[in-house]
Amino acid sequence: MDKESLTAPVKTAVDKFQLVPEFLKVRGLVKQHLDSFNYFVQTDIKKIVRANDRIQATRYPHIYIRFLDVRIGKPSITMDGSVEDISPQTCRLSDRTYAAPIVVDIEHTQGSPDNLKKEIKRNIIIGKMPIMLRSCCCVLYNRDEAELARLGECPLDPGGYFVIKGTEKVILIQEQLSKNRIIIDTDKKKNITASVTSSTEKIKTKTTILMEKEKMWLELNQFPKKVPLMVVMKAMGMESDQEVVQLIGRDPRYSLLLLPSIEECTKNGVFTQAQALEYLDSKAKRPMFQNTQAEKEGRAFSILRDVFLANVPVHEDNFRPKCIYVAVMIRRIMDAILNEDAMDDKDYVGNKRLELSGQLISLLFEDLFKSMTTDVKMVADKLLDKSDKAKNFDFSRILVSRDNISPGLERTLSTGNFEVKRFRMQKSGVTQVLQRLSFISALGQMTRVQPQFEKSRKVSGPRALQPSQWGMLCPCDTPEGEACGLVKNLALMTHVTTDEEEAPLISLCYSLGVENMEHLSGEELHTPDSFLVVFNGLILGKHRRPRRFATAMRKLRRACLIGEFVSIYVNEKQCCVYLASDGGRVCRPLVIADKGISRVKAYHMKELKDGVCTFRDFLRRGLIEYLDVNEENNAMIALYEEGATLETTHIEIEPFTILGVCAGLIPYPHHNQSPRNTYQCAMGKQAMGNIAYNQLRRMDTLLYLLVYPQRPLLTTKSIELVGYDKLGAGQNATVAVISYSGYDIEDAIVMNKSSLDRGFGRCIVMKRYVAVRQKYQNGTQDRILRPNRAADPGGNMQILDDDGIAAPGEIIKPNDVMVNKQSPIDTQTHGSIANLPDSAYRSSNSTFSKCHGGEVVDRVVLCNDKDSNMCIKLLVRHTRRPELGDKFSSRHGQKGVCGTIVQQEDFPFSEKGICPDLIMNPHGFPSRMTVGKMIELLGGKAGVSCGKFHYGSAFGEASGHADKVETISETLVRHGFNYSGKDFIYSGITGCPLQAYIFMGPIYYQKLKHMVLDKMHARGSGPRTLLTRQPTEGRARNGGLRVGEMERDCLIAYGASMLIFERLMLSSDPYEVQVCRKCGLLGYYNHKLKTGVCSSCKNGDQISTMKLPYACKLLIQELQSMNIVPRLKLANA
Amino acid sequence: MSEEENSMSEIENQEQNGGVPDYIMDLEDVPSKLPSHLQVLKTRVICNMDAPQHTDTLQYSGVYAALRVDNSVRLDSFCNNFKVEVKRFTDDDIEFDMIGIDPAIANAFRRILIAEVPTMAIERIYIANNTSLIQDEVLSHRLGLIPIDADPRLFEYPDNAGGENNEKNTIVFKLHVSCKKGHPRITVKSDALKWLPNGSELIADNTKPNADSKAKTFTSFSCSQGSRPEFSKKPPGPYNLDIILAKLGPGQEIELEAHAVKGVGKTHAKWSPVATAWYRMLPEVILMKDVKDDLAEELVSKCPVKVFDIEDIGKGRRKATVVNARACTLCRECIRGGQEWEDRVALRRVKDHFIFTIESTGALPPDVLFTEAVKILEDKCERVITELS
Ligand code: SF4
Repeated sequence: MDKESLTAPVKTAVDKFQLVPEFLKVRGLVKQHLDSFNYFVQTDIKKIVRANDRIQATRYPHIYIRFLDVRIGKPSITMDGSVEDISPQTCRLSDRTYAAPIVVDIEHTQGSPDNLKKEIKRNIIIGKMPIMLRSCCCVLYNRDEAELARLGECPLDPGGYFVIKGTEKVILIQEQLSKNRIIIDTDKKKNITASVTSSTEKIKTKTTILMEKEKMWLELNQFPKKVPLMVVMKAMGMESDQEVVQLIGRDPRYSLLLLPSIEECTKNGVFTQAQALEYLDSKAKRPMFQNTQAEKEGRAFSILRDVFLANVPVHEDNFRPKCIYVAVMIRRIMDAILNEDAMDDKDYVGNKRLELSGQLISLLFEDLFKSMTTDVKMVADKLLDKSDKAKNFDFSRILVSRDNISPGLERTLSTGNFEVKRFRMQKSGVTQVLQRLSFISALGQMTRVQPQFEKSRKVSGPRALQPSQWGMLCPCDTPEGEACGLVKNLALMTHVTTDEEEAPLISLCYSLGVENMEHLSGEELHTPDSFLVVFNGLILGKHRRPRRFATAMRKLRRACLIGEFVSIYVNEKQCCVYLASDGGRVCRPLVIADKGISRVKAYHMKELKDGVCTFRDFLRRGLIEYLDVNEENNAMIALYEEGATLETTHIEIEPFTILGVCAGLIPYPHHNQSPRNTYQCAMGKQAMGNIAYNQLRRMDTLLYLLVYPQRPLLTTKSIELVGYDKLGAGQNATVAVISYSGYDIEDAIVMNKSSLDRGFGRCIVMKRYVAVRQKYQNGTQDRILRPNRAADPGGNMQILDDDGIAAPGEIIKPNDVMVNKQSPIDTQTHGSIANLPDSAYRSSNSTFSKCHGGEVVDRVVLCNDKDSNMCIKLLVRHTRRPELGDKFSSRHGQKGVCGTIVQQEDFPFSEKGICPDLIMNPHGFPSRMTVGKMIELLGGKAGVSCGKFHYGSAFGEASGHADKVETISETLVRHGFNYSGKDFIYSGITGCPLQAYIFMGPIYYQKLKHMVLDKMHARGSGPRTLLTRQPTEGRARNGGLRVGEMERDCLIAYGASMLIFERLMLSSDPYEVQVCRKCGLLGYYNHKLKTGVCSSCKNGDQISTMKLPYACKLLIQELQSMNIVPRLKLANA
Repeated sequence: MSEEENSMSEIENQEQNGGVPDYIMDLEDVPSKLPSHLQVLKTRVICNMDAPQHTDTLQYSGVYAALRVDNSVRLDSFCNNFKVEVKRFTDDDIEFDMIGIDPAIANAFRRILIAEVPTMAIERIYIANNTSLIQDEVLSHRLGLIPIDADPRLFEYPDNAGGENNEKNTIVFKLHVSCKKGHPRITVKSDALKWLPNGSELIADNTKPNADSKAKTFTSFSCSQGSRPEFSKKPPGPYNLDIILAKLGPGQEIELEAHAVKGVGKTHAKWSPVATAWYRMLPEVILMKDVKDDLAEELVSKCPVKVFDIEDIGKGRRKATVVNARACTLCRECIRGGQEWEDRVALRRVKDHFIFTIESTGALPPDVLFTEAVKILEDKCERVITELS
């Protein structure tokens, strides 16, 4: 027996599940948004202000204003001069923006230019910052359930969104290629390129080096054509070719590849730095306006310094770091040429950065702040020029009067059009309205990752599931169709990092033995065994013992001496150690293992359970750490402790956390065919149910609620973590899998009428109507009158209350008046407005025109809108029971409409007297392969018979978070059911037993928002479009149903000519025209003479009357207007 | 409970002898009985592992004509063989065996019980005030589903009165609860429904009150229902007093009037007098071979409802016997485990023996429900006969 195995410590499988809820407790479900916003509010905003802290007058530089500090205050609103604290719920209800003042302390000069006094002012408000809910500035921060309830907020609501003018807006997570990193790729012509997207505070540029026709070129925006790279190297001071070769590495293969480029350089006659700069000057783009300073140094020089690889800093015109950087890029291109594997994968998650709301807002704020400072400066300059004003000049007063920050932020967040002029950045659709269709849809939106590429591209690469997405992005949750695979969702345990201070880390690296590259010759840089150390894309230097260095750094991180999200990644192939502390990387927690033995022991978990320690303590004690995608490459991660070997460095916490929030609802997803889970992820967002605990206090435009929502009988751990068991969206229906009545083909389901009678699938649809009591510019305003119910000819004033507004609880009939409003006829002229007579008003009632019957006024809310007009919001409630054609779905991507509703006595019943709620066709199973649904049925059936919820977490069988089919079957047998869940069933119609055992049991069914009532449409005659006089299109416009091309073909084939004539002309747009038989043009009918007249022949001699489709007449006339004359030749038929 | 099947007597006239002359039937070599294997198929459902077989009954009188066996239904044999045995009888449910009847007729009773036996249920709600959380429609729906403890036979269908709501077709209840400010939340249960024997107290507002007469309400009772003797003993009300209707927070109030009318389950499940009514065929478990010793133990332990037991047959040997076939739920555990088990145990169902269960919602006792159902079927038959004649 080998000794090592005997001395090895004992492995014990520890149930680490408890870590997941603990993790989510500290993190919440949308921590990435909150963290990023908190970072902005606490750190970034201060940095931005510090970087632009001084405004000074151009002519009098000693007149200045200096920002000392910036803070975000408490969310409040200023109403008529008084400041009032606000809560998100009041903002939602009264259409306000949930924002807090941006407060600055300033130091400024006061008095006339010659007699200046310094003064410090504190707490000056320069604008308002919309506040993310539950961030550290929000009133909901760290509140417990009772306090949240008092604020009218749902405790399960994750926060992470903004309330802008009463609507909830989310800033979606944006996916981008990582900045400041070298990416090796091929371009369209299959040339190998190395590109860097540099992004600094000052500038954003893209530098590309490529190998074309065996020569190296540089592509940069400032050079209209690509320029030879060797010239650039020379221009940066690398005059000696040998030095370049040394920098790249002395491998003869590299030199061979480089030779053509060097020759090219010689051919161009460039040998010295001066020559090179001159050469580049000639190639550079002419600047739009002359910049004197740049002109002095030479344009090429400034381009190379400021634009070319802008992320590499140039101190005192020392270009060496840039040279080394270029050398590394060249080296990597050559590696890629020599060895295909060295190519970078653009779709690799490690090369991606997720941009979160904090970053976007910070960019926006910086832009707005800068434009504010320039604005203030301009105004100050103008004022100072006028000598009289300059006497008593107060800088701070201008500052207060300029508020472009709040409207700028508000506009961007509410429209989603994101524009930063400095970087010529323009994005649209950055923000979206938070979908409150169901609890899950809101959550799903908070974890959605929006791609930066255009969606129309027909490439499969970025859409494919990347192995590096494991554990970071949900493999199931992506939409179907054009955005498939591009829009992604975060997995349950993913964390997105925020920026971390770089300077201390860099100095730490140097003290851990990194040799500064400044002190190294090109030769030394690439000695074998020494690795380059790259920090956030910046080459720091090299290290002779890279693995030791990495271990040291990791030790420091595990001891929490450096940030827990710093990633250390040793790339053996590129001989580099990559350190990253930048924001936007995705990472996730893992249990650390030493030689395959988990550091988390049972007693740790017990401490966690007893509440002695928290997730943070686990991090602090070095039991758990966060790994990002790159560092995962250095780790050996075992799925379970049992599978760990000696090489294992980490162990997964729980396998089901690779799924996201939406996919977490599916029971037994690992038994389903994969696309089914994807379908359910899309459908779970359309399911009706509960939205939030405060759902009945909300005034959303459209709200779908289930009357009797239930929690699923077959739950998963994710469901409990997310809170779906408290805000469910579905009902447990007893399903029998039989084909029944033929009305269940194509996935239709047959429903039991008695179940519907008893409340199955009943839902409430709430719709908001708004009426505004408008104030007009002449001082008049709308008035709301007490209805005169006695004199009410149409009978549509009956639901009005004495205040002239529809009363809550009243049942609405079509065309009922909701607000008995009158508007003044004259809203322009100014005059006496005190007592306008009744005759000066006209009725401007708002009515309920579209009405199904049975709608009820639920609530009436009065509030002031932003122009302080009185706003009357009515919420109209409609309770619907399921009807033929309503859409239902189980949690396995199996949607179907209700095909027929059958009386209970006709339904089959079991030995135990159980009658199913709905019948599903067994043909839904073979092609869909949703085995998970079958297990759900079994588990649900066992659950109801033994009285306990069963679990079906993904991949949970091994760790006990999903019940095994065998144990479920045993439970079933114990309670007298068949072990396979198939019951002996009697037909309800004949009374005889069915000739098969029927698979029957409860399955959680969701009612989807698509209901027949909202969709059905037919019309006889109705509105027509103005231009062509043909019937309008679409249900919203009460349009006609089109006899289309294919229908027409059928009729032609059938020979039903008169039917075609009737459909296409008589029922559409018949029109009588006067045609001149002589010239074939259209004439007109003269009503005085009662004859047709031809306007070109100027007489009415040979006029015939005929019928044409109006569209045809229109075509003829439109052609005439384009100098084409269609002539009609008439003949006797 | 042994209700005579009157309706069956009508068929008597049409009874034919299957066209077989009597003397032939008297001949000795004519089989008067089916061979046993056919007899099993005729009278039993064979519950195999994969699927039940021979589930339907053979209606046609001449199916066994070739065997000279008459399959027609004979009234006298029916009368002699039909039996009803009550096994369990409580206030809310009844379980009885119905033996010697065709599934079609047993099913007819079941269907009638579910859909056609009338009860009283709340149909119209007049809400005067509802400031509670629960929506008017949802509250109304919940009220409608409350079983009303009132004998429907004492009432008429509403359409008989031409749309008028009088004391013969309407029971009026009142619900008025409020939660005072500063008090804890209260739960409104069905016991809060109060019977109004004099009819509605709410004024129908679209009628102008005449000076002379009383203001018009939603009902027009000519006399108080309280004077009816049936009601003075047991006033109508909800059968279950602990059904949660709504929850009220401080300052909330519900005031409404609920009118219960007569109806049938076909229209809406709230009028269904049964929670459910169903039957199952009598299980028959037969050991085809002797199952002995360890196998017997195994068989006994297999069955979750203890259908089998062990009998000592001496010399330390044991044998499995069927002791409680009635309890069999047809879980097929005993025949799971290979073909040999399927050969050992035969699971069957007796086609003309129904274990009928009625769970009443409370309006009528379960036994009365069944007699009502029988009466309805009788009516139907009579209607068919009068239509035909
Ligand atoms: S079918 Fe099930 S209940 Fe019936 S005898 Fe067999 S094991 Fe027992």
